[in-house]
Amino acid sequence: MSAVAANSTLHRTLEFWQASIGKKTVMAVTGGILVGFTLVHMAGNLQVYLGAEVLNNYGRLLKSNLGVLWGARLFLLATISLHLTAAFQLWSLKSKARPVAYQKLSSTKSSYASRTMYISGPILFFFIVYHLSHLTTGQTHPSFDEGDVYRNVILGFRDPIAFGAYLIAMGCLGFHLIHGVWSAFQSLGVNHPKYTPKLRNLATGLTALIVGGNLSIPVAVMFRLIGSDVQ
Amino acid sequence: MRITLNVWRQKNTNAAGAMKRYEVPNVSPDMSFLEMLDVLNEELIEKKDADGPVTFEHDCREGICGSCGFMIDGLAHGGNERTTVCQLHMRHFKDGDDLVLEPWRATAFPVLRDLMVDRSAFDRIIASGGYVSVSTGSAPDGNAIAIRKLDSDLAMDNAQCIGCGACVAACPNASASLFTSAKIAHLGHLPQGQPERLERAKKMVDQMNNELFGSCTNIGECEAVCPKGIRIESIALMNRDYSKASMMERPSTGDLGFG
Repeated sequence: MSAVAANSTLHRTLEFWQASIGKKTVMAVTGGILVGFTLVHMAGNLQVYLGAEVLNNYGRLLKSNLGVLWGARLFLLATISLHLTAAFQLWSLKSKARPVAYQKLSSTKSSYASRTMYISGPILFFFIVYHLSHLTTGQTHPSFDEGDVYRNVILGFRDPIAFGAYLIAMGCLGFHLIHGVWSAFQSLGVNHPKYTPKLRNLATGLTALIVGGNLSIPVAVMFRLIGSDVQ
Repeated sequence: MRITLNVWRQKNTNAAGAMKRYEVPNVSPDMSFLEMLDVLNEELIEKKDADGPVTFEHDCREGICGSCGFMIDGLAHGGNERTTVCQLHMRHFKDGDDLVLEPWRATAFPVLRDLMVDRSAFDRIIASGGYVSVSTGSAPDGNAIAIRKLDSDLAMDNAQCIGCGACVAACPNASASLFTSAKIAHLGHLPQGQPERLERAKKMVDQMNNELFGSCTNIGECEAVCPKGIRIESIALMNRDYSKASMMERPSTGDLGFG
């Protein structure tokens, strides 16, 4: 009977997860989903430039179907949980694999971003928690009004501490993406002299687009380019 | 030239180690790094130093056997491109340099003594699947099996891996991905390697995980220090073969009631 159990789908899935390459595959796929979400999220948010009415209508649209809203939220929660669990387990393997540290370890060609994924990642996690409490549930917002998304954004980003937090978070996101986007392809087994340079460029382009697009909003608010009429 | 060395001294695997400082005056720029250590060791033997000569592994001293290797100032093999430490010459250093020498550090590579580590973990990875099963008997005709030039080149590139361990040593995660992938890619590019290709990837990666090597974060420090220029492109091939092997694993036709 054990031979049958050993071949079961569940067993094979668990075995794949046990292997470091399996976890990296999970990280690549979940990372891809999160990058996709970040892109769509940014595109939605950029409607802030079209004025209060457009942005607030967009907010209402997102919340119009509770089934879809919570389905999407639970899907994202599951995605992040898998990404985090795999990352945490791989990180703890690191200290098991090298318990005695070097007195001196220099790096050669690896980028700063690639060596600090285990730092930018946790910072982004805490940022997501803060971001949700800031602009979704409002606990850390100075004067939150559930229905008025536009006003929440404008007043939220005028606070210099919040502005600073978003600035740091977007910096971390940039570091995380510029290595992560390319690295996901490598983990999935895509590395080819013809396509890898293009994938590196894709990572750089996506990073510039996402960080630039997202950062433009708090900057525009801070310098009163938008929402200067909101009190 | 005069070189100061801070060398990791450790009597055996279980003993605690420590850094010791040594001065090596009159180093010739024409010496290899190991020849400089030979000079230091002769002096330590003559002086009847309490710790004895510095133990380091070496054999061919031509950069082709994979025996030598340790960290020089935090860089595997000293960080000179495509160079093992035996082929690293003192002309690359300056008079008065103060260098830190440490053994490869990884759970899977226990220190045997000083700068020498036990790399049997690599042997066990090879034994788990780094071979092709062939029918023995009379020698087959040369070139009887056609191999595409590019595949033969890629196989040869990966076959160059000498198993020195620099990839593990330079990796912040102590991952053996470059080594294991070089072996998988070497045989995986050849027609003789095809029948066992997926099983091989599965077995070797599983063994690599069992040896407690870390996981790969695709940063590329390994390929930078690899004395044989193995590229992380091989790691992608390993990931591909391993995922395919995991996903395509199926019961034998006998278990399904056929045949």
